[in-house]
Amino acid sequence: MMCTVCGCGPGEQSIETRGHQHEHEQGHGHEHDHAHEHHADDGLVDYGQGPARAHAPGLSQARMVEIETNILAKNDDYARANRDWLREHGVLALNLVSSPGSGKTTLLARTIRDLAAKDGDYEVAVIEGDQQTSNDAERIRAAGANALQINTGKGCHLDGHMVGHAIETLAPADDSLLFVENVGNLVCPAAFDLGENHKVVILSVTEGEDKPLKYPDMFAAADLMLVNKVDLLPYLDFDVSACIANARRVNPGIRVLEVSATGGDGLDQWYAWIDAARSFARVGA
Amino acid sequence: MHEMSLAEGVLDLIEKNAAEQGFARVLGVHLEIGELAGVDIDAMRFSFDAVTSGTLAAEATLDIRAVPGEAWCMSCCHGVSISRRGDPCPDCGSYQLQVTGGNDMMLKSLEVE
Repeated sequence: MMCTVCGCGPGEQSIETRGHQHEHEQGHGHEHDHAHEHHADDGLVDYGQGPARAHAPGLSQARMVEIETNILAKNDDYARANRDWLREHGVLALNLVSSPGSGKTTLLARTIRDLAAKDGDYEVAVIEGDQQTSNDAERIRAAGANALQINTGKGCHLDGHMVGHAIETLAPADDSLLFVENVGNLVCPAAFDLGENHKVVILSVTEGEDKPLKYPDMFAAADLMLVNKVDLLPYLDFDVSACIANARRVNPGIRVLEVSATGGDGLDQWYAWIDAARSFARVGA
Repeated sequence: MHEMSLAEGVLDLIEKNAAEQGFARVLGVHLEIGELAGVDIDAMRFSFDAVTSGTLAAEATLDIRAVPGEAWCMSCCHGVSISRRGDPCPDCGSYQLQVTGGNDMMLKSLEVE
């Protein structure tokens, strides 16, 4: 369903399934039904058919082949398939990105609890990306949401393919809300479209206000910036308006909310933003 | 270090084209990488060497052309060049810029035999 051009790479990634780990290794069997391209490592590239078979000494057979293809084309194919599926099912997908320690998981757990209390209609599923451990997925499940952990191994970001498999396993309900908590990293996840509706970048006030300038690609890719931990501002030398100005230097259209996941500041605005985004997702806009 | 994933993407494209177009060895790989694409060129070279080792592109030379960053200045209403996101319009100093080019990364062509 999701994966129309699957090329599962060998490596250390694993995606949780109900009850066991789905390890991606060479030569593995697949439990889902989709057209399956083989890995390059399987040695299926056929060298025997090329013009080089008729090799004459001293005669160069070199030629130029035009390719003209975006290097991210494969990821973008997966992302497009994810986006089509999400749109078809009216699911709002938010890709949360930040440095490690910005409070993403705490914010997410609080959001899940508050949305459930506010409106029983909010069904929430979460894809958790970390290099190792399933601690975050456990925290999210404890908050009451359906969660799936992806361990990227040495990988520094989630990609469209991993998220496609995760959506297959999680099977979010129609018109529900899907959060993707990306690997804590302000660089690499910027380049990889997952098929999400919006990237939401979280910057906590215990970090530097110049982070949008240091890591401009992520702030340029995000539609919303949450300035988190604002309850700590009285104890810090953090200039919120300079931080927002820096974010708008790299992304003039970025929206900004100041929140505290533990103190509760600004969370009503965050939930109102989610409501609005969800309305757009439900009508496929 | 997402350049490793990008280099794997390049190798995927090479192997797909080798199967389709019937070539056995790649002598040269020509990439175009935008200045605003968020790619570290040295890391890309390192990653390319690492992922192509033992493949049909193991001996290939990697040629990377940097594509200048371009943006539309919403204050001056004309196109300008920028080399980094967050830089101001070189003419009016405004940060109201919309990136219009130099944010892609392309595999342009291959020299094969």
